[in-house]
Amino acid sequence: MIPAPFDYHAPKTLSEAIALLQRHGDEAKVLSGGQSLLPLLKLRVGAAAHLIDIGRIPDLEYIKEDGGFLKIGGRTRESALERSDLIKSKYPILHDTALVIADPLVRNRATVGGNLAHADPANDHPATMLALGAEVTATGAKGQRTIPVDKFFTGLFSTVLTPDEILTEIRVPVPPPRSGGAYVKLERKVGDFATAAAAVQVTLGAGGEIERAGIGLTAVGPTPIKAVEAERYLLKKKPDAATIAEAARLAAGAAAPSADRRGAVQYKREMARVLTARALAKAIERAGGR
Amino acid sequence: MATHTIKVTVNGTLHEASVESRLLLVHFLREDLRLTGTHIGCDTTHCGACTVLVDGEPVKSCTVLAVQADGSDVRTVEGLEQDGKLHPIQEGFWQEHGLQCGYCTPGMMMTGAALLGRNPNPSEADIRHAISGNLCRCTGYVNIVKAIQHAARPR
Repeated sequence: MIPAPFDYHAPKTLSEAIALLQRHGDEAKVLSGGQSLLPLLKLRVGAAAHLIDIGRIPDLEYIKEDGGFLKIGGRTRESALERSDLIKSKYPILHDTALVIADPLVRNRATVGGNLAHADPANDHPATMLALGAEVTATGAKGQRTIPVDKFFTGLFSTVLTPDEILTEIRVPVPPPRSGGAYVKLERKVGDFATAAAAVQVTLGAGGEIERAGIGLTAVGPTPIKAVEAERYLLKKKPDAATIAEAARLAAGAAAPSADRRGAVQYKREMARVLTARALAKAIERAGGR
Repeated sequence: MATHTIKVTVNGTLHEASVESRLLLVHFLREDLRLTGTHIGCDTTHCGACTVLVDGEPVKSCTVLAVQADGSDVRTVEGLEQDGKLHPIQEGFWQEHGLQCGYCTPGMMMTGAALLGRNPNPSEADIRHAISGNLCRCTGYVNIVKAIQHAARPR
């Protein structure tokens, strides 16, 4: 399959890229790893007259802790996340996520920023970043702005990014001690999109009660879903089996799945419940709660 | 129609070519360079038959633009054998019969070669993880895993 014709630009600086995006507006698409965009163009489900490849702009690939945040460059590849010792040891929820995104070959090109900016509700990072309370940095003609991830997604494949903006960084608050997280995904086979998945990040207090909880759900609605009611319910609770069961029930209530070949509405909602319970139990265990 | 001049090193040889923006790397390799060892399977980023190494990393060449590979070092299955001597991964697939129809084999070997480059002593789980983006519809993977294990053995 061959995409419809387009022009390709390979700017060497961020400002050059933004100028190109300003010039071409809606007709342009940012090409990061290309693992979602190129298949769409090949299948001709999507179209773009101009691709602005950000792959030749330096300093967009990094994973580091700085100023109380884990900072991930927008163009950081999933394979880098998967192999990072910092991620493995301190951000297991992100390691879980990187391991189940598409397949290892795709992860050698796919990027974290692309996974978010593409805004496919079946993508995996959105739920994880919702659970972590992350924010993203967008760089555009008017400069930089920071957007909390829970304000980032506006609908199916759409975000608050303006056509001249590029997602340049993801910032995750460094978790306090006694924190843990997990991402649990149900997929039919390696490389498939999630039938459903749940991301949970918790912090426990000195007495073992839940001090903070973040829950994100994948592929059970038109956007990634933050299970706010379940998060609120968990506060100050002892992390026992009954608490986990009730939080999972509340999270499933926030799901608004649609039926497709991966399952019926009822099945997916039930999976959202089961996966939330599993992710929550694992997150608590990793936080040292059991 | 936008064209670009690219310089790509493929199996050690530098090629300079004028390519259309939308030309996929796999088509550049197969049609422009006539390196037809790299196969096109699903054409939708699933099967891994088109796997090649770009700067040492295995990627699906049906989902990379040729122009994105400008300045890169690309290795295809044709580049495995050196001076008439099979690459250990080729020896492994030969000795362990890591194939039936052979369609997925070039991609499997490129992924296997990259794995061994990074991890010379992989466990069976490491191998299965590494090839999880390469589909084989014949073998059930057993002999493919054995082939990669064979290649990893010191000789």
